[in-house]
Amino acid sequence: MFIVISVMLAGIAVGYLLRRWKLRFIHGLILTLIWLLLFLLGLEVGTNETVVRQFGNLGLEAFILASAATLGSVLAAWLLWVSFKRKSIGK
Amino acid sequence: MKGSLIILSFFATGLLLGIFRWLPIQWFDSEYSFYVLCALMFSVGVSIGNDPTSFRQFRNINPRFIFLPLMTIVGTFVGVLAVSFFLKNRSLSECLAIGSGFGYYSLSSILITQYKGIELGTIALLANIMREIFTLLLAPWMVKYFGKLSPISAGGATTMDTTFPIIVKNSGKEFGIISIYQGFIVDFTVPFLVTFFCSL
Repeated sequence: MFIVISVMLAGIAVGYLLRRWKLRFIHGLILTLIWLLLFLLGLEVGTNETVVRQFGNLGLEAFILASAATLGSVLAAWLLWVSFKRKSIGK
Repeated sequence: MKGSLIILSFFATGLLLGIFRWLPIQWFDSEYSFYVLCALMFSVGVSIGNDPTSFRQFRNINPRFIFLPLMTIVGTFVGVLAVSFFLKNRSLSECLAIGSGFGYYSLSSILITQYKGIELGTIALLANIMREIFTLLLAPWMVKYFGKLSPISAGGATTMDTTFPIIVKNSGKEFGIISIYQGFIVDFTVPFLVTFFCSL
């Protein structure tokens, strides 16, 4: 994890040093890498037989947990957003 | 929406190729995904560093938004707590360990598999992939009904890499730096919180 973060910091440094040149291709590269990463993840899940066999049951539990986690955080962020909006209108 | 469907189709293609073993076995090395992740992070870094306005924006983070990572963590735990009563064969600490992945499926599922076995690890993998997919697919809807911070919270630990482009597209470029800040903080908490809930 620290490797991943330091790789990004190195990227920031490189990007900053090259700031005179607009590196337009970088956003296309990012999207391509995301596609590749999701493809590799699919491969990893697909080749794991235990996971594939139990996909239905485990998937349902995962779906319930993921929905609850996402909804909970969205509502919490909404509270912060509402309090921010109220304050900026008050000013 | 079109972008998310393309991303989903890449995952589905990989899944099918994996299930039916349509690729040479040497391709199924999970080491590769780590290198791709590093390449992705490097590129994200370059795009931040290359855009001089992003540094100026970092100083301009609204002080209130500093609490966004905390809202993400607390909101996730409250949501997971609420449904843990319906998952009879999972304990509360197991559910919270899965929730503590915050979409960081690779790391959280590896850790949970080690501490609690492949079954819980698999749920962690699926749940955290789903969280990421929900964010990718529902970001426009979240912004519309719950404000511009909501897809950042939903994205959890992924908001500085995989969900970053979608967040910037839907919440606006000025939220890019908040997205990176929140992803950085939440990402950092994943190994600690997952380990903590697995040890309970």
